[in-house]
Amino acid sequence: MRLLPKSDEERRRMLQALGLESVEELFAQIPQELRLKEPLRLGPGLSEFEVLEFMRSVGRRNMVGQPCFLGAGAYFHYRPAVVDALVSRGEFLTAYTPYQAEISQGLLTAIFEFQTMICQLTGMDAANASMYDGSTAMAEAALMARRITGREHVVVAASVHPEYRQVLRTYAHNQAIRVREAPYDPETGRLDTARAATLLDGNTAALIVQSPNFFGVVETLEEAAEAAHAAGALLVHVFSEAAALALLKPCAQADIVAGELQSFALPPSYGGPYAGVIATRERFVRQLPGRLAGQTTDTRGQRAFCLTLATREQHIRREKATSNICTNQALVALMATIFMALYGKQGLRELAEQNLAKAHYLADRLERRFSGPFFNEFVARANGRSPEAINRELAVSGIIGGLPLGRFYPELADSMLLCATEMSRREDMDRLVEIFRVGGRA
Amino acid sequence: MYPTDYKYTREHEWVKVEGDVGVIGITFHAQQALGDIVYVELPKVGTQAVQGKTIGAVESVKAVSDIYSPVSGEVIEVNEALAETPELLNRDPHGAAWLAKIRLSAPEELEKLLDAEQYQALVAEES
Amino acid sequence: MRRKVRSHIVQDEPLLFELSTPGKRGCQLPRLDVPAVDPAAALGEGSVREGIEGFPEVSEVEVVRHFTRLSTWNYAIDLGMYPLGSCTMKYNPRANEEAARTEGLLWAHPYQPEEQVQGCLEIMARLEQALAEITGMDAVCLQPAAGAHGELTGILLIRALLESKGNPRRKILIPDSAHGTNPATAAIAGYEVENIRSNARGMIDLEAFPSLVNEDVAALMITNPNTLGVFEVNIARIAEILHSKGALLYMDGANMNALVGWTRPGEAGVDVLHLNLHKTFSTPHGGGGPGSGPVAVKKELEPFLPVPRLKQVDGQWRWDYDRPQSIGRVRAFYGNFGVLVRALAYIMACGAEGLRAATVDAVLNANYVRKALEPYYELPHKEPSMHECVFSDRRQARHGVRTMDIAKRLIDYGFHPYTVAFPLIVPGAMMIEPTESESLRELELFVEAMIAIAREAEENPELVRAAPHSTRTSRVDEAAAARKPVLRWRPES
Repeated sequence: MRLLPKSDEERRRMLQALGLESVEELFAQIPQELRLKEPLRLGPGLSEFEVLEFMRSVGRRNMVGQPCFLGAGAYFHYRPAVVDALVSRGEFLTAYTPYQAEISQGLLTAIFEFQTMICQLTGMDAANASMYDGSTAMAEAALMARRITGREHVVVAASVHPEYRQVLRTYAHNQAIRVREAPYDPETGRLDTARAATLLDGNTAALIVQSPNFFGVVETLEEAAEAAHAAGALLVHVFSEAAALALLKPCAQADIVAGELQSFALPPSYGGPYAGVIATRERFVRQLPGRLAGQTTDTRGQRAFCLTLATREQHIRREKATSNICTNQALVALMATIFMALYGKQGLRELAEQNLAKAHYLADRLERRFSGPFFNEFVARANGRSPEAINRELAVSGIIGGLPLGRFYPELADSMLLCATEMSRREDMDRLVEIFRVGGRA
Repeated sequence: MYPTDYKYTREHEWVKVEGDVGVIGITFHAQQALGDIVYVELPKVGTQAVQGKTIGAVESVKAVSDIYSPVSGEVIEVNEALAETPELLNRDPHGAAWLAKIRLSAPEELEKLLDAEQYQALVAEES
Repeated sequence: MRRKVRSHIVQDEPLLFELSTPGKRGCQLPRLDVPAVDPAAALGEGSVREGIEGFPEVSEVEVVRHFTRLSTWNYAIDLGMYPLGSCTMKYNPRANEEAARTEGLLWAHPYQPEEQVQGCLEIMARLEQALAEITGMDAVCLQPAAGAHGELTGILLIRALLESKGNPRRKILIPDSAHGTNPATAAIAGYEVENIRSNARGMIDLEAFPSLVNEDVAALMITNPNTLGVFEVNIARIAEILHSKGALLYMDGANMNALVGWTRPGEAGVDVLHLNLHKTFSTPHGGGGPGSGPVAVKKELEPFLPVPRLKQVDGQWRWDYDRPQSIGRVRAFYGNFGVLVRALAYIMACGAEGLRAATVDAVLNANYVRKALEPYYELPHKEPSMHECVFSDRRQARHGVRTMDIAKRLIDYGFHPYTVAFPLIVPGAMMIEPTESESLRELELFVEAMIAIAREAEENPELVRAAPHSTRTSRVDEAAAARKPVLRWRPES
């Protein structure tokens, strides 16, 4: 087996050193009746060539490489070549969690830079070193709000990503947290703040609002924050499209920001791995879940970094920990860090402006369902046809269409969510518009 | 090492009685076992402490230890200095690093606590 | 004598923010082929931000050098042995990286209709089948993003099953040797934790165990082999005792690397287990993630698995959302797909025989290290070791040298430290897991280093206590970091 670095002769010598006759004796502890009687049904080992051939052939069964107008929590953004080149370095790729600070300064420094850039983007004081993804970050933010306020329930906008809300329900269910949903305004596609306010009461820990929301519409976060704070609850700002942060003013009154960083250099990769993050105000730092890197000095007085405030975490606090989270998404966060560094202050802004322009170009040629301002996604009416049928026609023309919304919002069954990014070409958008309006080659 | 006018718990807290008020803290042995203390979680003023129940926690870099109240009563003052300088607990655990003052609601509970000699014996036994 | 390392120049490097010069950038966007849109007009005057204050402005070459220089401050498997116990730091085959970057897989969108992503679904289906075969379980869910996430899913499944029978019960039993994630998970899933003491052999005490299992107990969370590297020989009996009281057996699969191809937890009576693909199945740790924590269950628990589930309809893979008893989702989309591709590539490369052979070498290596170090370090538990062994610092502590000091001194010899001070049941624990990826030469260098440090602990304890001496950064002040947390860079005012 090519992955095992020993000769048979070396194995014999080692067994001999242990006073053993055969490898079976190494497993003497396992009771006879529990030992595997026949080989696993997995087939023979394959060469690297064969494995990669298999993956390529399977990959060819996907419809990939065509223009795609799907967003909804996973976005097509260009990935600069530098990102993969750097994260492929073994010193990053094959390192463990940086508990041993002296030989992990590279990672720890990068995490510190990551935390700083997330704070700069979100207007918060502290950010953790990343979470599994946006959906779990949102659920953890809800639990965090409960710890801070000592209150039991949360109100979540119905315009939050439906799968994020489902994850919240799973987490909430076993902790007796009641989740109530605040409706969106059918005209604007925004949270109906007045209705949300009526759901907030003295036992509400947080109001959770996504912006831009699942429909791509930019929410009025300041209004939501005022409603939340008037009831003594926190405002949790959720985002799934990080590129929008470069353009939109951070909500000065938000207490927790939780989101998804897939837009920063992560391929859609059929839904993962991505990276979530939670950022918050200084006063709530001790309630943050997940790893944190902090600055300190070494015995020679040099600047150094280490994981810190570890007493919040499971390996120390065990059943009293802020979360059971252990791994984060370090390498993915590193990709996002490199992406943010490459684009920088000007580039990220230009990226966001291009997204805005592309989506508005497309939307101007279709019938929008909602009137609220939008970033790079919007809901379009399907012109009296079913969105699924339009998608099938688009597929025939080599275009991957948008997301039909009926499966998440029955009342929007006549609509689909479309996304355009800097990777969407005008000619492809024109083709989509044409098929959308008049049908394909039927 | 252990002031003879203090009373002690088996969980390594101390109490010094001043009139109807008990000043509480953690012992030299407790801070030594924890190592460099980095954070102290104190009760809020007004909290009703119950003897033997948690009223806070002390943290070192890699450990957390609950603080069990040696006496019952209302917390009337906490040592704010510990928020800024938790390391005080390592330097002066029996003095400047007191944790809280509690108005004793059941002074008879003091009987259940150890005196300095008994506590010293407990520490010797544990180490 | 240090045969593995010598000192060399390391490049210094400031933070990105300190490198920054206004007006620079490291990327170029495509020419905009549609009319520009005024953000203030589109989004409203008050909604648009000024520039991102403090954000870096650096060129491409500076970014490349910055992160390359940082990378040289890290240790990694690619540099040598990483003997972290219970972490299974095995070699990460590069072919797996290439597999995950297959163009047709990388750019598949999670909301493409199923007929457009049959390739992705095929990979997931094959991996589910392979993991079920390896563990001897009936069904596998690939959704959880990491081990602890898999644990949470697993305990929620147990809760859902018991609830469907009328009583979710109150408690989860957890041995004192368990990973910290186990009690944290039980608490998050709404259970009380009852810690149970290991016996003198480091195992669950079969005498005392039955009296702990009653109608309040939902499950026992067990790690097998446990964190001492010892196989729970009574696991089948333990399962019977639990089942007889209506409770379930959860197995933390963190140490599966000791078992693959030799025994299957499903046949020992385990009801639910999670795997760590980033341990047993060779996907890279990446400095702490992304991982993947699939959950494998027995038939009885299958209806409760997270939605959606894969099913085959007319020869095509489909997602099934119609699962009324499901616990719901534990994350958006379907799992860390890119990690799943890597794990499947590993399993395919190994095949049945290769997986079994890897387990042999993992156990052989651990026992070889144990035997070689036993004369120098205290071995508190004498039970036979599987894939890892646990020493204690008792002998060195007499000279004032503790497990953390020995670990830090290993760095000077060119190795990553072992797992320090865990499991908690061994005072001054030194937990060593070499994995199958170490050549005999690397193992011998490690043994040599450990023996040399044992000698130093006696002859020059201060040398060990102040280690490491050869790294760019010496021991860091973790207390200062925790007392006054500085969690982000700010410009000097």
